[in-house]
Amino acid sequence: MSERNSDLMLSTVHLTMRFGGLTAVSDFNLEIHKNEIVGLIGPNGAGKTTAFNVITGMYRPSEGKVFFMGRDITGLKPHSITALGVARTFQNIRLFREMTVLENVLVACHMSIDTGLFGATLHLPGYRAREAEARRFSMELLEQVGLAHLAYEKGTSLPYGQQRRLEIVRALATRPKILLLDEPAAGMNPQESFELMDFIRRIRDEFDLTIFLIEHHMQVVMGVCERMYVLDYGVTIAHGDPASIQKNPKVIEAYLGVD
Amino acid sequence: MNAIRQKKTIALSRRRLYSVIAVVAFIALAFIADRFFDAFTLRVFNLCAIYIVLALSLNLLNGFTGLFSLGHAGFMAVGAYVSALLTMSAQLKEMNYFLVPIVPWLHHVSIPFLPALIVAGLASALVGFLIGAPVLRLRDDYLAIATLGFGEIIRVLITNAQAITNGAQGLKGLPRFSTTFAVWAVAGLVILFMVLLMRSSYGRAMKAVRDDELAAEAMGINVFRVKVTSFTVSSFLAGVGGALLGHMITTIDPKMFTFTLTFNILLIVVLGGIGSISGSVISAVVVTVLMEALRFLDEPMNLVVFKTQGMPGLRMVVFSILLMVMIIYRQRGLMGNAEFSWDTLQGLFVKKGRKGGDHV
Amino acid sequence: MTLSLLFQHIVNALSLGSLYALIAIGYTMVYGILRLINFAHGDVFMLGAYVAFYGITLVSLPWWAALLVAIVFTALFGIGLERVAYRPLRDSPRISIMISAIGASFLLESLGVLIFGGRPKGMPVPEVLSNVIHFGPVSMIVISLIIPLFTFALLAVLLWIVHKTKTGMAMRAVATDIEAARLMAVDVNKIVSFTFGVGSLLAAFGGIMWSFKYPQLNPLMGVMPGLKCFIAAVIGGIGSIGGAVLGGFLLGIIEIMTVAFLPTLSGYRDAFAFILLIVVLLVKPTGLLGKRQAEKV
Repeated sequence: MSERNSDLMLSTVHLTMRFGGLTAVSDFNLEIHKNEIVGLIGPNGAGKTTAFNVITGMYRPSEGKVFFMGRDITGLKPHSITALGVARTFQNIRLFREMTVLENVLVACHMSIDTGLFGATLHLPGYRAREAEARRFSMELLEQVGLAHLAYEKGTSLPYGQQRRLEIVRALATRPKILLLDEPAAGMNPQESFELMDFIRRIRDEFDLTIFLIEHHMQVVMGVCERMYVLDYGVTIAHGDPASIQKNPKVIEAYLGVD
Repeated sequence: MNAIRQKKTIALSRRRLYSVIAVVAFIALAFIADRFFDAFTLRVFNLCAIYIVLALSLNLLNGFTGLFSLGHAGFMAVGAYVSALLTMSAQLKEMNYFLVPIVPWLHHVSIPFLPALIVAGLASALVGFLIGAPVLRLRDDYLAIATLGFGEIIRVLITNAQAITNGAQGLKGLPRFSTTFAVWAVAGLVILFMVLLMRSSYGRAMKAVRDDELAAEAMGINVFRVKVTSFTVSSFLAGVGGALLGHMITTIDPKMFTFTLTFNILLIVVLGGIGSISGSVISAVVVTVLMEALRFLDEPMNLVVFKTQGMPGLRMVVFSILLMVMIIYRQRGLMGNAEFSWDTLQGLFVKKGRKGGDHV
Repeated sequence: MTLSLLFQHIVNALSLGSLYALIAIGYTMVYGILRLINFAHGDVFMLGAYVAFYGITLVSLPWWAALLVAIVFTALFGIGLERVAYRPLRDSPRISIMISAIGASFLLESLGVLIFGGRPKGMPVPEVLSNVIHFGPVSMIVISLIIPLFTFALLAVLLWIVHKTKTGMAMRAVATDIEAARLMAVDVNKIVSFTFGVGSLLAAFGGIMWSFKYPQLNPLMGVMPGLKCFIAAVIGGIGSIGGAVLGGFLLGIIEIMTVAFLPTLSGYRDAFAFILLIVVLLVKPTGLLGKRQAEKV
């Protein structure tokens, strides 16, 4: 273990996930430090999303452990992990269909508003204050990312790029310490992708975040990630700074096979 | 800015005024109904209130939390029986239990209606909680079939627990507590409760669970807890509705609480719009009135020119076709998941081209 | 309990189990392909019995001819039902199609009351089937023996179709992945219709045999068997034909044996299936022979 242990945010030890006979992720050892932007790249089907799902508690790992800020979070429920400060987005955008942009964000504030069913239903003063605060906070977030003027539109009616942004804002509203982004640039053209990477760097600074992101296309994240892990068939084939990854023969081979 | 705000405030207070007028007008209507309607019409009028309660309780699950439950009749049965047993006098019980005597601890219990109604709701909520905790781990159709199963199990238990429920004979001569005032007061409270709940953070959490469970969980919402809460609250309301129904019809037996009863409520919810409170209310009234008005279909008719024989079953044919046509051609029901507001009503009469109301 | 009585119970359990299995297969095939609980399946069972009844009483067909006519009619009816009530909703949320199925079920039941009348009718049981035969001390009605035999014969044919014919292969393809099957130029609509036809045919056969064994018809006669057989299919592992048969027999045996050996519980007879269902769902939600399907995140 390194001496930077004190600012270690997220780590996994020998993390392995098997589905029946298929090993989707095998012996994955991750270390992410405070305020880093770390990438997880690899060809399609390399096990990137599975790794995310295990870290965020959607799956229970077959072997290994997940630590967040020194605490063992292996096997915790996803909502408890979110409550500790790990937020995520999804590869296939998962907005709440029937809700407005603002409501989508407010849902993420439920944790901080929740005063019990009756406090909420009767709109008791304690609840009212928290609800008002959540609305203010949500609008502020939306303003920061330029979605405030769309607050009362239906979330799913926004154009694709804005939906992605909204998903990130929604994750931010859970007041995370680390943000996991699953292919945030999927479906975007190069121009949009680079804008998005700028956006990611900006929220990292503004919200004092640590960011772990999945990307399928290596070029997109080269500029933004400080370090990256490369998965292929569930195995970590390389790990290091972008320059060294780009030159790594194993990585080139893995990518040549597909792209 | 200030002018807009002022305009908004005026609009808000005008809407409030409309609402107050509507409520007052309705209370007046209820008084008139209570005094001047004949027994049959009044009964239909009051039945509407009970079906509003029941439809809202099912819509809370199906429409707002996305849980497809088919066991509603079971919870209604729990409520109806608990309230009946708590309110019936000792003599009345002796008259009912002539095959197997009632268990001694229930024999002399006789409490007023209001606490009995609340206990009935709580008992039903408890059953809902106990059933919900294991069953709510299941999804969609599995949940539907499991809840249907529990509904049937409750009915079989009631049929067999003779010393408590009087078994298949049922209970006769329940006190006629479901007055016009009582049922509409409960219906009003339940409507208010649902509106407030759905406007609150908890309501949003329920809708989030309905829209996307995984995303809701990732937003820090304890999905399982939200589901159990929704199921328990819904059971409470179903229990209250069942109790009101019992005290209106004054006779209850296990056969009354079959899947057909759940079907009727489901019909109301689907027609009104899955996920709309006002839709459920309107549809409850329409369906209840239709159900009674179409009773003639099942009975022999004498239409001056020709006589028809009774056609038992025709009424349910009409309702099943109605349900299927609605789900096939207009899946969202009457209201979709929209809600009634004075603005939309105004929009209907005065074409102003204004889109949507504001979200206050 | 005498040995002969025990044998009697065993034969009864097997024949009830066979009937359950026949109906459960229809549920499992439809669910396997469309992920739909066909609530109206039990009512299709009722329809088959009534058509045979009218064939025998109104048209005075011999019982086997009435059986054939009823089976063919009901199979066509099942195909039509799918077209009208389920096909328009194939891409809708599962809840919608299920509500349509519930509507269809109530429609058939109330049409039954309307057309056939609410009062129970007595099924004329042909003498060949109601004769009693004796094996030493054990005596039983022919029908109780015939039912399991026919069931196994039909099952053999069905398994042959599913595993050895091109149609069967297409059925399995649609069940695995309806989109992929479409891309492979499988005519999905034809396969779905075929599935409904076969399922309804088996249900009709089950319904007629049921009414020969318990010779009383009423428009609601399909409700309980329908629910129980769906449960049998779930217990066995929905989507699996073998599982449906296993579940059907299991349910039949448990029901008959519990009533035989623990008569005090016979009032709870209709609850057994549901209790079993809930236990299975909670312990092994995929059923005894079902495969686990992971949900994609």
